[in-house]
Amino acid sequence: MQEDAIIETAICCYHCGDECNDDVLYKDEKAFCCRGCSTVYTLLKEHELSDYYQIASAPGIKKSKEKRTGKYAWLDEADIRDELIRFNNGTLSTVVFRIPSIHCSSCIWLLENLYKLSEGVQSSTVNFMRKEISIRFDEKVISLRQLVELVDSIGYEPEINIENKDKQAAHINRDRSLFYKIGIAGFCFGNIMLLSFPEYLGLNHIGGIAFRELFGYLNLLLALPVFFYCAIDYYRSAWTGLRQKELNLDLPITLGIIALFGRSAYEILSATGSGYMDSLAGLLFFMLIGKWFQSRTYEQLSFERDYKSYFPIAVTRLNNGKKENIAIEKAEVGDILKIYHEELIPADAYLLDDKAAIDYSFVSGESDPVMIKNGQSIFAGGRLKSPSIKIRVKNKVSQSYLTSLWNQESIQQTNKNERSLADKLSRYFTPAVLFIAVLTAIYWGMEDWGKAVLAFTSVLIVACPCALALSSPFTLGNAMRMLGRSRFYLKNPWVIERMAEATHIVFDKTGTLSLSENAKVEFIGNELSLELKAKIAELCAQSAHPVSRLIVDYLGVQNGAASLSHFREIPGKGLEALLNGDRVKVGKAAFVGLDDRKALNAKSYVSVNGATIGYFTLAYQYRKGLSGLIRKLKDRYKLSLLSGDHDTDSTLLRKWFGEEVPLYFRQSPHDKFRYIERLKEKGNKVIMVGDGLNDAGALMKSDVGIAVADSINNFSPACDVIMDGTELNKLDKFLNYSKKSIALVKVAFIISLLYNTIGIGFAVAGMLSPLLAAILMPLSSISIVAFGTSSTWLLAKKHRLQNPIDKVNINKKYNTESNRNIEQKLIQQV
Amino acid sequence: MSAIIVLILISITVALGFLIAFFWAVKDGQYDDEYTPSIRMLWDDNKPSKSKEKDKNLNANTKKKQ
Repeated sequence: MQEDAIIETAICCYHCGDECNDDVLYKDEKAFCCRGCSTVYTLLKEHELSDYYQIASAPGIKKSKEKRTGKYAWLDEADIRDELIRFNNGTLSTVVFRIPSIHCSSCIWLLENLYKLSEGVQSSTVNFMRKEISIRFDEKVISLRQLVELVDSIGYEPEINIENKDKQAAHINRDRSLFYKIGIAGFCFGNIMLLSFPEYLGLNHIGGIAFRELFGYLNLLLALPVFFYCAIDYYRSAWTGLRQKELNLDLPITLGIIALFGRSAYEILSATGSGYMDSLAGLLFFMLIGKWFQSRTYEQLSFERDYKSYFPIAVTRLNNGKKENIAIEKAEVGDILKIYHEELIPADAYLLDDKAAIDYSFVSGESDPVMIKNGQSIFAGGRLKSPSIKIRVKNKVSQSYLTSLWNQESIQQTNKNERSLADKLSRYFTPAVLFIAVLTAIYWGMEDWGKAVLAFTSVLIVACPCALALSSPFTLGNAMRMLGRSRFYLKNPWVIERMAEATHIVFDKTGTLSLSENAKVEFIGNELSLELKAKIAELCAQSAHPVSRLIVDYLGVQNGAASLSHFREIPGKGLEALLNGDRVKVGKAAFVGLDDRKALNAKSYVSVNGATIGYFTLAYQYRKGLSGLIRKLKDRYKLSLLSGDHDTDSTLLRKWFGEEVPLYFRQSPHDKFRYIERLKEKGNKVIMVGDGLNDAGALMKSDVGIAVADSINNFSPACDVIMDGTELNKLDKFLNYSKKSIALVKVAFIISLLYNTIGIGFAVAGMLSPLLAAILMPLSSISIVAFGTSSTWLLAKKHRLQNPIDKVNINKKYNTESNRNIEQKLIQQV
Repeated sequence: MSAIIVLILISITVALGFLIAFFWAVKDGQYDDEYTPSIRMLWDDNKPSKSKEKDKNLNANTKKKQ
């Protein structure tokens, strides 16, 4: 109830739905929170696109303020353009962008109506799940740069970086070939079954021999595409397995398929029997469906991001004083680059200007910007917080400090154990089957070699572990979807196996346990008068330091209320200036003249004319339910904490984690990476829970990398799991669930092995009839599928992993963007 | 008995027709995006030009894939 009351009283922006602060703009009796939002509204209204606001309420995207003209100038460069344009038929060009801010049906509508905003756009198609837009446009009317600027101007900033330039389209074709295979297998399966009916019903003698032959040949004909096309992936995988000296599950499957086809073809051609073509087609049909089921992942999430996705595609190079845009990988050692405010430093470099403020929070997790002086090194990945600078490149992009983390051999080789439980089982399964087959052949061979071949192939056919192959994709695939409903998104089903085996959990602090942008400020001391508040706010407003920003927000006073002069900022210490004649200082204890040793780092002291009047405390807010989560996890796992930040909150963290848990602070990305490496060397199975790029190496190195994100569609480094930050307190539930799911897979294995044993029993006795095979194989497959999906579903119900719909509205104010995405996803799941 | 042979041939031809229809759908990109069309169909067609635009889109897609 209280929640409703708050929402009613606040004025919300008609465009983006955010709460409007003090200065509300009105247009057509509609409120807007900022000029950006009202501009987009006006633009859309002019082009009769107001329907945008009817489809979903407040669908707009708030535009970030910093924008410089010429931001996309590099798109005019011919080589960059050539690489981005996917297709050009002479008059029209096609380009595909990823737009992470696509979140609702209004977005799709507006982006597909782009042609109304520009003559040059012929058509545009949105793929909502991939958050992609494909635009066909006429480059004579609108250039690529103008097109991107147009899309950007209505709030949809396209994500253009090296990564999505490199790999796109490729996976579409692969997906499609699976559909073709399923289609063909289904078609052949149905028809072969139909043609085998006389055989099933014992009617095959009625039509005479010609009739039977015709059916046989038709079956053989229909089985050809199944054998030579649909099953091709299994042969490939079995062959790769053999070459790597591994017995994977695809090997007995391949043997089974070959035995099925070879024996059936022989029987049909020699007119000695009717073969098992129906079993062959049915087997492949079910297994391909299983493949499809496990390949259905979260397309809208990107689990493979490395540094390339964070870096821009082009940089500005100064060539004899002339500006030119070059692709980022072409920046050579010694080049002079111009970096603008809020841009990322693309490569390790030396600063050529006097000074610059660089925010490394991206790389190290540290929140304070660092001041760099002329000639000092700047590392790639830092974000420029001061006005534009010139730098000289020291290392190429691919050899920079940050990117070198990815080029390390140990990471390149970090081939995470993708081998599934089923494959482990097949190490014993395949030799056992071959052993039984050979033994049977020898037994029958003493009487009759013909019978021996029959019995041998029968064993291979019936032992073909199709049910076994289906048990883990369906059980784990469904478990993965159940976890996804709780906003715990896995990269693939095999992650569940590794999660279930984990022994050690390593946490990052900033952004993972704490909310980096929601620090709580409090003033301790005498109550501040309005006049003094205005002075402090005015002083702090001069600085780009995040703490200053937080203090200004906390004070909530309009700028310009006090007159300022003699402003001075000493990096790492504090600020001072004359305000209405009073000397006001804000900063570290020593800076305002207090004894340093007793004072805490996280406090910003305030002094007026030399007298200290109090201090601001800064407490990072932690996610809800953390202490409970840690208590539950502590009993079952070893824990560690690695933070890139300083140890300001160590007492609180110590209280939660207890004495025995190691807490490390000021850890660089390389430190984190090495820590995980050491744990793994000692035989631990490690789960790393982190967020930003600074955890990227550790996330990749660990057995299971869980990236915590407040907005799951925006920002997450390469990992195995992306989870919504609000669900972090349920981590123990997710781990429990994955353990139980693995137990269910094992039960499914036992059931399917039971079927195999029965089948082998018949085969050894030389009694495997086509009818029996035709019944046994689909029966085992279907029962395994039914067991896998229903049991994981029931387990999810028991663990209360259900749609957190009720939470969406409550959290709305906290994180609108991510909730919108989630709402969409929920709608689609229901 | 020859009637059965004719019938079987007819039935396989019909089934083949469905298989080709399925291939057509896959090739056309119907399985690339299983979600967006379900939203797209809910918009009002207040502008008559829109359906034409859709056709163009479709053609555009097929061309691109070839």
